[in-house]
Amino acid sequence: MRTLLIWLPLVLFLGFVGLFASGLFKPDDRVIHSRLVGQPLPAFTLPAAASDRPALASAQFATGKPRLLNIFASWCVPCAAEAPQLMALKQAGVEIDAIAIRDARPDVDGFLQRYGNPYARIGLDARSAVQMALGSSGVPETFVIDGKGRIAYQHIGDIRADDVPMILDRLKDAR
Amino acid sequence: MKLILALLCALLAVPATAQTALPPAPWADRQIPDAAQERKAKALMETIRCLTCQSQSIADSGASMAGDMRSQIRERIMAGEQPEAIRNWLIARYGDWVSYEPTAAPILWPLWAAPILLLGLGLLLLRGRIKRRTRA
Repeated sequence: MRTLLIWLPLVLFLGFVGLFASGLFKPDDRVIHSRLVGQPLPAFTLPAAASDRPALASAQFATGKPRLLNIFASWCVPCAAEAPQLMALKQAGVEIDAIAIRDARPDVDGFLQRYGNPYARIGLDARSAVQMALGSSGVPETFVIDGKGRIAYQHIGDIRADDVPMILDRLKDAR
Repeated sequence: MKLILALLCALLAVPATAQTALPPAPWADRQIPDAAQERKAKALMETIRCLTCQSQSIADSGASMAGDMRSQIRERIMAGEQPEAIRNWLIARYGDWVSYEPTAAPILWPLWAAPILLLGLGLLLLRGRIKRRTRA
């Protein structure tokens, strides 16, 4: 018993080394996913964020056809980087609505003029209230909303060129 | 003199913390006039984690989203909502991760039991020692 007990500190030490090593080498995942995936879109009504696009309300989503809901902001750099991919999705026939976070109409207009406008409707969420209601933790994020108005998928971060087929698949699944 | 002037100018400078051009939400950095309500709001804000800078509470964070969260919490407390209801609303969206308040969830039982177990182990060791000493 005593001889066995002598090894206990070493075993404990090795256990800690293993714990810390796994923490060091495990890829860092700090992405916080929304718990609302699979649930209906929370109710909201937002004013128009751009001069030439209508306002956005949650009631407009249950149309029988899946849509994308893009969370963006004119001040957000990765949002500009994903603009070509959103344009490609629009050209593939996807309907995209958007919510502009902490934004102002002249800034949104300028952003859309510079990077293109793939959106059907854009709502202005000046105090991130709808962003919080959606469980979204940053910009850009893109939600796939199915035909019944339920959140089917949440994409966190900008949509890269190689994400586009995956988003299209998710839209097909959400039908 | 010049140095003093330069230092005074430095005092007036606004730090470049803004991530957006918009001013902060109305109640982001303003206290609720009713002290009791402000105490409740403050206690809640200190235990809600900031989503942008993940090691800070929203009470400590300068991120614009944390400001929006503070403002929303104050507005909801002023409207008569209970802090725990707001916490649960946030947990329903972001998961347990968003709250710093420890819960009694089964995964945390070992953590709660650890002090009692360690104390028991200590008493056991102590008893062994006393026994040995009295025998000697």
